[in-house]
Amino acid sequence: MTISVASGKGGTGKTTVAASLASVIPQSVYIDCDVEEPNGHLMLQPKFTLEESVNKLLPEIDYNKCDFCGKCIEVCEFNALINLKFEILLFAEMCHSCGACEYFCPQNAITEIPKELGKLRSGITENGIKFYDGLLNIGEATAVPLIRKVKAKIDNEKINIIDSPPGTSCSMVETVKNSDFCLLVTESTPFGLNDLKLAIDVVKNINVPFGVVINKYDETFEEMENYLTENQIEVMLRIPFDRKIAEAYSNGILPVNNSDKIRREFIGLIATIKKKIKSNVTQMTQKKQIFAD
Amino acid sequence: MKQIVILSGKGGTGKTTVSSAFAKLLQDKITIDCDVDAANLYLLLKPQSRNQFEYFGGKKASINPELCTQCGLCESVCRFDALHNYVIDPLSCEGCGFCYRVCPDDAIEFTETKSGNYFECNLIDDSKFYYAKLLPGEGNSGKLVSEIKKSALTNVGENIKWVIVDGPPGIGCPVNASLSGADFVVIVTEPTQSGIHDLKRLIELLKTFSIKCGIVINKYDLNEKQTLQITAYAGKENIPVLGYLPFDKDYIEAIKANKTIVEYSSKAAKDIENIWSKVEFFMDISKN
Amino acid sequence: MKIAVTSTGGSLDALVSEKFGRCQYFLIVDSDTMKFEAVSNLGEQMQNNAGPKAAELIINKGAEVLLSGHVGDKAENTLRKAGIKIVNGFTGNEKVKDALNNYLKTKEN
Ligand code: SF4
Ligand code: SF4
Ligand code: SF4
Ligand code: SF4
Repeated sequence: MTISVASGKGGTGKTTVAASLASVIPQSVYIDCDVEEPNGHLMLQPKFTLEESVNKLLPEIDYNKCDFCGKCIEVCEFNALINLKFEILLFAEMCHSCGACEYFCPQNAITEIPKELGKLRSGITENGIKFYDGLLNIGEATAVPLIRKVKAKIDNEKINIIDSPPGTSCSMVETVKNSDFCLLVTESTPFGLNDLKLAIDVVKNINVPFGVVINKYDETFEEMENYLTENQIEVMLRIPFDRKIAEAYSNGILPVNNSDKIRREFIGLIATIKKKIKSNVTQMTQKKQIFAD
Repeated sequence: MKQIVILSGKGGTGKTTVSSAFAKLLQDKITIDCDVDAANLYLLLKPQSRNQFEYFGGKKASINPELCTQCGLCESVCRFDALHNYVIDPLSCEGCGFCYRVCPDDAIEFTETKSGNYFECNLIDDSKFYYAKLLPGEGNSGKLVSEIKKSALTNVGENIKWVIVDGPPGIGCPVNASLSGADFVVIVTEPTQSGIHDLKRLIELLKTFSIKCGIVINKYDLNEKQTLQITAYAGKENIPVLGYLPFDKDYIEAIKANKTIVEYSSKAAKDIENIWSKVEFFMDISKN
Repeated sequence: MKIAVTSTGGSLDALVSEKFGRCQYFLIVDSDTMKFEAVSNLGEQMQNNAGPKAAELIINKGAEVLLSGHVGDKAENTLRKAGIKIVNGFTGNEKVKDALNNYLKTKEN
């Protein structure tokens, strides 16, 4: 079972919610796909046991074979190659590792060599949460290949909590797609609402069932309540704004480890999500049966 | 004309609050919201009018089933897991064109697709304001950032003194794009573990651009120990701390009232003015 | 000697373009005969790597010198690799032919 935790906007407490969820589930797996700014490790404090390089492939040219015909330049959709007629220049940060140049080179002059894109780290926390995260090297243009590698750590026998990159870009879609459920974390401000709407569009688009968690909840912000009621969107948890929570967070302490009430609420939250996923699965199989008939 | 980019590394630290305050405070300026995944600045600046432009972020492939002979070659070359059973998933298609080039039956079309909109607006003080919206799930926000900056900065009037850029979060390609032409970067951070962690990564990135920067510590009183740590780190890196903003409900209330903080609280307005004068000061030093 | 000039139009009377990667035209001028070829810069519309792509274009046209307003870092490195001399600092209110003459004069001295 895979539950991803996302938010339209950064700083809503997405990582706090994800880490809290993982903390209340025995034997959970925590997967941090926010590879530009992975922060889950600061909250869960795992002991890292392994760090692997994740590579991307870059073309390398054998000048004994290359006749500067320019075919590779022509097929490179990302303008990563430049023909100087005595050298083919590669702008590595532009290269998406699509492999087209290697395939189309008439002289077989191109080989693809791996270059590190980022790191994949594995570890375990004190209370037995399996922990994985990705760390994108600074200056790299695309996070998607690294996210794929990190997501490959999903363990279908366990409950996996995925911390998604913020926003609604391709990295977020790559992370959230194929999840059984997505929790969208927002906050009671016009910014939060604006970005929540965008995020809802995306998860609907990729057919992932979702629910909303309102962090720094403030009942006086009616616009959000109205929007949620009008669109029949379920709020699964409201975490009130509390300076103590914020202070504890600034020291890297999770609210579930600071307040019994919040801990109970998160246990309730995970139970509700599980129920929802089950009923979704039954609905789907029912639908399939109808189609089969 | 000087260009100031406001960045944060991590989202939610108050970047837009600071950008909107600068935009309100200054005259003879252009304001650009480069946070194209989650544009928020317009909520506070409330543009009076806007022109919409379409943004084409790149090409995508699609298969014409009538021409496809199901040879499977395209699927075997696509490295982005976008091709299954002779159908291309536009959300996964990276736009590399490999399939289009290998297809023996010319069954694949490879065309520019719309991936967002951008807007040119007038603010109440008659200055120009630009923001953009990417369609959900589209990548390539870096390109859109470049495009919106390009259109904002062509034909700029002689009288324009400042360009205020609300940058994207993170340290990825959109941030790089937002930095082109920057004279100074204001980093808004907060005294939390993740705030500091992301601040360091952002500063690493800025070093590679050799652009001068300064730090604003937001909610500094939330954790004075961590605030001190940031100050010490800044000192070590030789980066000026431009100011400290308190943890104050006014900031949230202002946003809820759709107002910039300088309109909402005179005390905060003072703080922001002080920060701005530091920005001018350190930018000048950097010239010599 | 072939000299490339970034230009806003396709003639020697056009104004110099201060931008390199995103200029409209390159005029490739033979300084001995003053004959020229105007090449439109595809990179103007290009989203990725416009500067180096423009550099590639004038390298392949056989230019030895480039006159422009400002050349970006990546394009500059590309041009230097190919041994092209870069003369920056021309402004958008100069005509291409004046820029050329100015350059040729300073060279003589
Ligand atoms: S396609 Fe091959 S031979 Fe042609 S320029 Fe590229 S590397 Fe050289
Ligand atoms: S692998 Fe693809 S993106 Fe990279 S240089 Fe070759 S053609 Fe261009
Ligand atoms: S254009 Fe590239 S990414 Fe898109 S489907 Fe074709 S091969 Fe795959
Ligand atoms: S390569 Fe062309 S013909 Fe072959 S399966 Fe793909 S689209 Fe169809």
